[in-house]
Amino acid sequence: MSQDRSSSSKVPIVQTLLTANEEVAADNRLVFQGHGIKVVNIMASPGAGKTTLLLATIQALADRKIGVIEGDVASQVDADLIAATGAPVVQINTGGACHLDAPMIRHGLKALPLDGLEMIFVENVGNLICPVSFDLGQDLNVGLISVPEGHDKPYKYPGIFEAVDLVVVTKSDLLPYLDFEVDTFRELVHGLNPDAPVIVLSAKTGEGLTDWTTWLAAQLGTSAQA
Amino acid sequence: MHEMAVTEDILRIVEAHAPADTASQVTDIHLVIGELTSFIDDSIQFYFDILSPGTVAEGAALHFRRIETRFRCRRCGHEFEPEARDWLCPKCHALGGDVIAGKEFYVESIEVAAKGMTLE
Repeated sequence: MSQDRSSSSKVPIVQTLLTANEEVAADNRLVFQGHGIKVVNIMASPGAGKTTLLLATIQALADRKIGVIEGDVASQVDADLIAATGAPVVQINTGGACHLDAPMIRHGLKALPLDGLEMIFVENVGNLICPVSFDLGQDLNVGLISVPEGHDKPYKYPGIFEAVDLVVVTKSDLLPYLDFEVDTFRELVHGLNPDAPVIVLSAKTGEGLTDWTTWLAAQLGTSAQA
Repeated sequence: MHEMAVTEDILRIVEAHAPADTASQVTDIHLVIGELTSFIDDSIQFYFDILSPGTVAEGAALHFRRIETRFRCRRCGHEFEPEARDWLCPKCHALGGDVIAGKEFYVESIEVAAKGMTLE
């Protein structure tokens, strides 16, 4: 292999990748703002308890108009659970992709009654890595971590803990049986992201749930004033 | 799997910046990827090999410049690369810091040569 470098030229570019996704995300954001809807992107591992927390949240905030976008690789299982509460929900199947992206959200929005909603939860595909890189047009990012996953997750997946506005530790009813050190976890999260509150709760027993719903209500309040 | 979307974006950017004349071709694509983005070189290369034929980037070599994660200590301002399970500032032992490097993710440059003067 021989290269004639004298005839080659370097073209400087410095263009961030995934801008196509970000452009659609910006469009989504305008749609949400136009309807006065606060959008919360929920990211977590599979089985962390995203859907269970959403079910408890919809019940606890029954006076709020909440919609849900469910992202999964396949199936309608989670959307069926949400639909049983009466909340508007749309299921997006990514067909293998490990994350939701902005065009999927744009498409999913068509199935939601935007005029009647105050808040939309986007339940991202269960994954601690990929969803972080894809802006959807959300206002807030929330990271869930369940007690069985262990308190050392910030070391292993720093990207998500750096990106979120709030961290929720779920399944706190299991704390007596497992070695999850809440204080250590909190220190690691705040080492990366000192502004993100850490809420510890159990959607099953209801412990700590009001910390979460109070935080959500505060976000909605900000939206109403804007 | 998300590297496919990234690779499509690389091709889109390269096509937008490559010369329009058919006498030249893109020989090299330089990418900069921060560790925190979790994008994998081999996976991008895999999709590139599938997606690039028939585009201006066909046959181009991908070059990856990885950027290590760096923290700036919030207590003393020292800048350091955190270890996998040790985020203590080596100077003052405060935990963590503001991320000042590691989130990079862009096409830095391409190299273009006249056709027939590159590969044998």
